[in-house]
Amino acid sequence: MKNPLDSLWGTVICGVLLTAILYFIVKSILT
Amino acid sequence: MDWVPAIARWLHFMAGVMWIGLLYYFNFVQVAALKAATADGTAAGITKHVAPRALLFFRWSAVVTWLAGAALLGNQFVNAFTLSKGMAGIGVGAWLGTIMLINVWALIWPNQQKILGLKPATDEEKVKARRVAFLTSRVNTMLSIPMLFFMAGGWSHRAIFGL
Repeated sequence: MKNPLDSLWGTVICGVLLTAILYFIVKSILT
Repeated sequence: MDWVPAIARWLHFMAGVMWIGLLYYFNFVQVAALKAATADGTAAGITKHVAPRALLFFRWSAVVTWLAGAALLGNQFVNAFTLSKGMAGIGVGAWLGTIMLINVWALIWPNQQKILGLKPATDEEKVKARRVAFLTSRVNTMLSIPMLFFMAGGWSHRAIFGL
């Protein structure tokens, strides 16, 4: 499988996905 | 002592703009430019004159950003890094920024020194260094996205996001 970080836009998409994942983790910790 | 957080915030923003601005320059501009420049034999213009200067401001602005951020957190520093007492949002941002700072000094800069010939390295070591520096830079670009979300939203707009 190709590393998504080899592509610039793959990197940006990974960053947005990571933001959503961390957001829901932090929210679930707080509630 | 109200001027301490005010100056710290100002410095944190200025140095942060320089750090992440140069990170985005490397990833959005220089990687592709270097590939094209290598193809037409003009890469030295970038590797000799641009990259070392950009890396100088990049790595030191990362340090200033972190120190000013730590000063800005002040007595909330421990609460932020332990994600406690309403500081979870900004704390996640602080952790991501800290990981990024470590990546700059422990992985990107030592490997860039080999790539740019500032530190002796064999051709094989240079190939490996190029890959490590590239991927670490990409990891930092990826981490900058949630880092900026939590930094920007985790304090002033935490009520909107429920953080």
